[in-house]
Amino acid sequence: MVTLGDYLFVSGLLFTLGFAGVLLRRNLIIIFMSLELMLNAANLSLVAFSRFRTNSLGQPNYDGQVFVFFIITVAAAEVAVGLAIIVALYRARRTTHVEDINSLKF
Amino acid sequence: MNSAAFFFIAVLTLSAAVAAACLRQLVHAALSFAVALVGVAAFYFLLGAEFVGLVQVFVYVGAVAVLIVFTILLTRHGTDENRGFNWSGVVIALAVLAALLWAIMRTPALYVAAQPGVTVTVRQIGEALMSDYVWPLQCVGLLLTAALIGALVLVLEEKR
Repeated sequence: MVTLGDYLFVSGLLFTLGFAGVLLRRNLIIIFMSLELMLNAANLSLVAFSRFRTNSLGQPNYDGQVFVFFIITVAAAEVAVGLAIIVALYRARRTTHVEDINSLKF
Repeated sequence: MNSAAFFFIAVLTLSAAVAAACLRQLVHAALSFAVALVGVAAFYFLLGAEFVGLVQVFVYVGAVAVLIVFTILLTRHGTDENRGFNWSGVVIALAVLAALLWAIMRTPALYVAAQPGVTVTVRQIGEALMSDYVWPLQCVGLLLTAALIGALVLVLEEKR
């Protein structure tokens, strides 16, 4: 039987993979995708919490799913603006490599 | 049946996520990323969250993955990254994994099994969105409009 812990375990692994991708890769687009993986891991644990927390009538608590809906919407806005920034940066600098974009580095 | 489906989807999603974070070729990484998103959507369907699963397929697989592929095509250049490996990043990632596992192990309801056969219908979520969550919904609409205009302004700026 699949329990809440199994979903949380998968969610934690997915979050760690995204986190490692953000830390280890140097390409902006890969970093962006890894960021989205971390958001998805958080969403997965929220939906799992919503499924496993039932009220007295046996209905799942769907507040978690509404919350995930809002997170997905905000993530879509973030993707639109973030990818536009990456494209504008590539036009200005001809690179998507984070180590080449260090003008603000002290 | 349910456990087998869970195991299959978990292996698919996690291996696709590993591929998305590790592959050198950007387009291959983007395709693995799309597979991982489909796997997360399959988790949602397995959890009985049909509305969220459909939103995940529409927004992430339909829009975000395609946008990322477009960006890869717009910013393509030949070099790949071979500039050393950041071992401290591995250590930090393992520390985060250990902290997460520690937090999961302390969850009181860790071994709760699901009640069989309860799904949240789209009707319930729609009623919640239109009654309790109507102000957040309006704010999200405003945010999406602002993001749309912002993305257009950012990309069009060069042409003046």
